[in-house]
Amino acid sequence: MSKTIKLKKGFNINLAGKAEQKIADDVRPDTYALKPTDFHGMTRPKLSVAVGDNVKAGSPVLYDKLSPEIHYTAPVSGEIVEINRGAKRKILEIKILADKEVSYESFDKYSVSDLKGLSREDAQAQMMKSGVWPNIVQRPFGIVADPADTPKSIFVSTFDTHPLAPDYGFTLQGQEQYFNAGVAVLKKFTSGDVNVNIDGKSEVSSVFSSVEGASVNKVSGPHPAGNVGIQIHHIDPIGKGQIVWTLKPQGVVEIGKLFLEGIYDASRVVAVAGSEVTKPHYYKTYLGACVDKFLANNLKQDHVRVISGNVLTGEKIAGNGYIGYYDQQVSVIPEGDYHEMLGWIKPSGRLSFHRAFGLFSFLSPKKEHVMDSNTRGEERAFVVSGVFEQVTPMDLYPTYLIKAIMAEDYEDMEGLGIFEVIEEDLALCEFVDVSKHDIQEILRTGINLIKES
Amino acid sequence: MKFLREQLDKQKPLFEKGGKFEKFYYLFEANETFLFSPDSTAGAKGVQIRDAVDLKRLMMTVVIALLPCLLFGIWNSGHQSFVATGKSGDFLAEFLLGAQLVLPIVIVAYAAGGLVEVVFAIIRKHPINEGFLVTGMLIPLTLPSTIPLWQVAIATIFAVVIAKEAFGGTGMNILNVALTARAFLYFAYPQQIAGDKVWTYIGDGATVDGYSGATPLGIAAGATDPKTWVEGTTVIQALGSTTEKWADGLYSSWNLFFGAYPGSIGSTSVIMVGIGALILIATGVGSWKTIVSCFAGGWVMGLILNQFGSNEFTQIPPHYHLIMGGFAFGAVFMATDPVSSAQTELGKWIYGFLIGVITVIIRVLNPGYPEGIMLAILFMNVFAPLIDFYVVGANKKRRLRRATV
Repeated sequence: MSKTIKLKKGFNINLAGKAEQKIADDVRPDTYALKPTDFHGMTRPKLSVAVGDNVKAGSPVLYDKLSPEIHYTAPVSGEIVEINRGAKRKILEIKILADKEVSYESFDKYSVSDLKGLSREDAQAQMMKSGVWPNIVQRPFGIVADPADTPKSIFVSTFDTHPLAPDYGFTLQGQEQYFNAGVAVLKKFTSGDVNVNIDGKSEVSSVFSSVEGASVNKVSGPHPAGNVGIQIHHIDPIGKGQIVWTLKPQGVVEIGKLFLEGIYDASRVVAVAGSEVTKPHYYKTYLGACVDKFLANNLKQDHVRVISGNVLTGEKIAGNGYIGYYDQQVSVIPEGDYHEMLGWIKPSGRLSFHRAFGLFSFLSPKKEHVMDSNTRGEERAFVVSGVFEQVTPMDLYPTYLIKAIMAEDYEDMEGLGIFEVIEEDLALCEFVDVSKHDIQEILRTGINLIKES
Repeated sequence: MKFLREQLDKQKPLFEKGGKFEKFYYLFEANETFLFSPDSTAGAKGVQIRDAVDLKRLMMTVVIALLPCLLFGIWNSGHQSFVATGKSGDFLAEFLLGAQLVLPIVIVAYAAGGLVEVVFAIIRKHPINEGFLVTGMLIPLTLPSTIPLWQVAIATIFAVVIAKEAFGGTGMNILNVALTARAFLYFAYPQQIAGDKVWTYIGDGATVDGYSGATPLGIAAGATDPKTWVEGTTVIQALGSTTEKWADGLYSSWNLFFGAYPGSIGSTSVIMVGIGALILIATGVGSWKTIVSCFAGGWVMGLILNQFGSNEFTQIPPHYHLIMGGFAFGAVFMATDPVSSAQTELGKWIYGFLIGVITVIIRVLNPGYPEGIMLAILFMNVFAPLIDFYVVGANKKRRLRRATV
């Protein structure tokens, strides 16, 4: 059943420095890294390799001691050059120095017609072994899916409404057959639908419009309309004890390629964008790429914040840091560590969801903003009401949910819908919050409490 | 500017952990963040950019919305004094007299409340909250200009300590702080805040012939006492006849709307409250739902009483309720206090509507308290969490139902 969802609530953050639709493939980072911290469910990461080992794309590098059958594999072939550990020897990064030419581990190859006969067990075994499995993220909790589960449905959001987000129709152009094959494989895992959700407002790329065997839903509205969690809420909501799997379109394509080509191909097109990037456009590279080459001679100034992902849900990384597993975007904004005289009352055109005294950004909704990382105020007690609800297009009360988490009230957390949201769904609340709370961090604390209860 | 910043940076270590004045950190923080917005940046994970708004700006928006009421109240306090004593004076003279009466009250309210805030911030180690910018302005506007200053100080201290800090500080309070201050004075020192004699500053002068300091609500409440009420006069006629000898048209519906009549400093003028309401609604700082539903509730209840009237007060046209006394001021500035109001959108409709209804019930059916809005809002403050409980409970039930089908 295909549905059309029109959302009204939300807020588009219009930033300067959008990526031009041009792909550069001559910039090749030397190193690539896997970061265990990208996976929320991974509590006890263990290494399958040591420094000096040679790996191929698809060779196991990392696993979680609690589910060792899921391999986290190398995105490129090369040599393991460094294992970066933090406090208590926690593994932070496993760095691979890439070969000039990527060589691949080989896996079973199928034709499109063979795929029909493929059993769930065989598909699952190949996916877990090759390294594509972590692309499947389970709701609730936003963790890597448990292979023992049968989800009630699977969701793929084919568009991203975050600030400066890449256009997946563009980054995946020409990969129709892999996307289709990926959907065909995923169908084996659920008794329900594979939902492919497309942007109801703009023209849909042929990559997604030609998909077969999936139910295609149109979703339109301001951000967070592109968030898969919001879409699930309106199309097939999660109740207690129910499980839904979600993937990004990139993950679906990787799965399709694994079965049609017999290789784990982690190549991808990433957007390097933001107001401080001289020439924002796309780069063809591999998962976990080091960003230094993309930013060399490409920054307007030095005092910047480099973010793996977008400015709402991303993570600050160093100028020679690595793009996260689930990210296909690098954002660069000015660092905001400065004082401002009477900044709390000075009239300003800075972007704000609010229209309080002296905030004029609502008058020019089309303006592209340059925003830095300054918090624009101090943390205060919750005072204002009703704002979170205005940017959360769900039948859910974020303020009450956050308060329930702070009070560690398990019953209320469940009742108020903690199973339906992960960080990205409430990221806008954190942005608009007058009292400057870390909403996403609080939410993750709550999710961890519920998960372990 | 740079000098100031350098001085602050130099002093800061003294107030930080381990510094000599560690205890006074939040006092320092309040001053520092007043001069300069902080240089803190977003954390490594989560949002990397933040909305340009902060609590200080939001609270200042409310203070700005209150300014028309304050300025009008200053003029009106002087003006009423001139009218009552029969003196003639130009606008400036009236305004200056009003300023003499009103500004000390404002200063005392800010000073007393600010002191409590600072003391609690130091003891409790929490930031000094900007909410007091608003409370310190609201308290004077709800009082008569003749109120003794020591009472303003006591009431403010009482309200901040009992209504706010006792509950854990800003954001945790159940009752509206400014109204608690007023209610405290109302019950503790009724001579200075209720009755006919308190609303207008007379000074050394003598009142004009036939002068009565009764407020319109006081006159209207007289209708509930059959012994003193002249049978057959409507409340509107009474409002006219009481004042015609010394200030003709003082309580005409136009003047009640305009606001040049005796009453609390800031709450008499519906026009000025209306300007404030426009600012609050346009900026989204005050909930239009609460304001609209509050007016609707008052009007509807007035209409209902018209049908079942037993005395002349019940027969008053319902819109009179909205322009007399502090109804408009309460609906716009007190009911919309985001902390003590209902917090769900549906809850705000219910909460506002009931405030309107209860205000009119108190005014008409319980003439012991001529001004009902204060008690109605405090009463609904107490019930707001209950309203939210059911609104949020309905959301939980919807979710539960979905899980079981």
